Amino acid sequence: MKLYNKKMVIAGLAVFLIAATFPLWYGRGKAVLPPDLKLDTPAIERLKEKRCVEPVAYMRTNHRSLLAAWRDDVVREGKRTYTATDGRIHPIALTGTCLGCHSNKKQFCDRCHDYSGAKPTCWSCHIIPEEVR
Amino acid sequence: MAPTRREFLKMTGFSAAGLVLPFLPSLASAQAGTAGTVGSSPAVPGGLPALKAKRWAMTIEPRKCRPDCTDCIAACHLEHNVPDFKNPKDDIRWISLEKIGHVFPAEAHPRIPELIAELPLPILCNHCANPTCVRVCPTQATFKRADGIVMMDYHRCIGCRFCMAACPYGSRSMNYRDPRPFIGKINPAFPTRAKGVVEKCNFCEERLARGVLPACVIACKDKALGFGDLEDPRSGIRSILDKGLSLRRRPELGTLPQVYYIL
Repeated sequence: MKLYNKKMVIAGLAVFLIAATFPLWYGRGKAVLPPDLKLDTPAIERLKEKRCVEPVAYMRTNHRSLLAAWRDDVVREGKRTYTATDGRIHPIALTGTCLGCHSNKKQFCDRCHDYSGAKPTCWSCHIIPEEVR
Repeated sequence: MAPTRREFLKMTGFSAAGLVLPFLPSLASAQAGTAGTVGSSPAVPGGLPALKAKRWAMTIEPRKCRPDCTDCIAACHLEHNVPDFKNPKDDIRWISLEKIGHVFPAEAHPRIPELIAELPLPILCNHCANPTCVRVCPTQATFKRADGIVMMDYHRCIGCRFCMAACPYGSRSMNYRDPRPFIGKINPAFPTRAKGVVEKCNFCEERLARGVLPACVIACKDKALGFGDLEDPRSGIRSILDKGLSLRRRPELGTLPQVYYIL
């Protein structure tokens, strides 16, 4: 069997293979460091006991479901406070309660969302206090 | 083996019972009761107790209004981050002023005294007891709460504008553009809206939850706006309504509006 344009075909195949496998070998051995989240806002510094609404491990994995439940509680049920598992009562508010402590959205929310490629749409409506000031 | 006649009849009976069971009134109401109810929750620490009612309603006495006063509009739009697109076609209006010819077309005949014909009447969402917007909303973004407030869940709005077509009062406005750059001064306590979302008056439900009356009612120095529980015989609006004839916008449509005009 005769292969026409042998040089071009083989060169083309080689270029295709390199391009197609690029994502597999380019990042090899290079670890992207996990984001460094800043927890040194004035509001957190002032806290006697540095504790989020729920334990850190729970917040890290479940803050999305917690926020979705908060959203439905306020808008659909008219329930505006959240009783945490340790009994403390928090007003339900993204701008007020969450960003009240985590006033450094860029160093806290965004760093992790950028790292994991998450694009939450919260901020198209909810206000970031540092931006309106 | 084919079932006997007795087994066949048993099976038919149980299947029929299974079909009917979910529609029995007691079960159905238990399911429906979870949606749209106002749950009681502990008050926000350091805040006033929430204002509660069986049926929120508003009275408007436009003859008390000072000429050219727009205090209610200014207060409402500042409170709720309502944008100003500077284009009457795209205007977002939670509360606005209209002449009687547009508000009560059926009542406006040529012999109406000029005093009333030229009077600006505040118009806002009527928070109907039978709201057409709620019926047409395909995502249940608009819903009626147990206390009568017709509320919007902006998270769910897909911008289809069925509600705008259904509302006979034009109480709803669409954000054809991102409203953020068009808001004069942003109130951080209330979210803005996004592009492609419909918005309207919410009877200041966020203020009622903090124990404060609606912004327009507080802003009106002439006490032309009244707000209260229609089901409470001792409420302020009931005594206003008891004084004489009050009008509702287009009652013939059967939407049962809950904003009453005293002219």
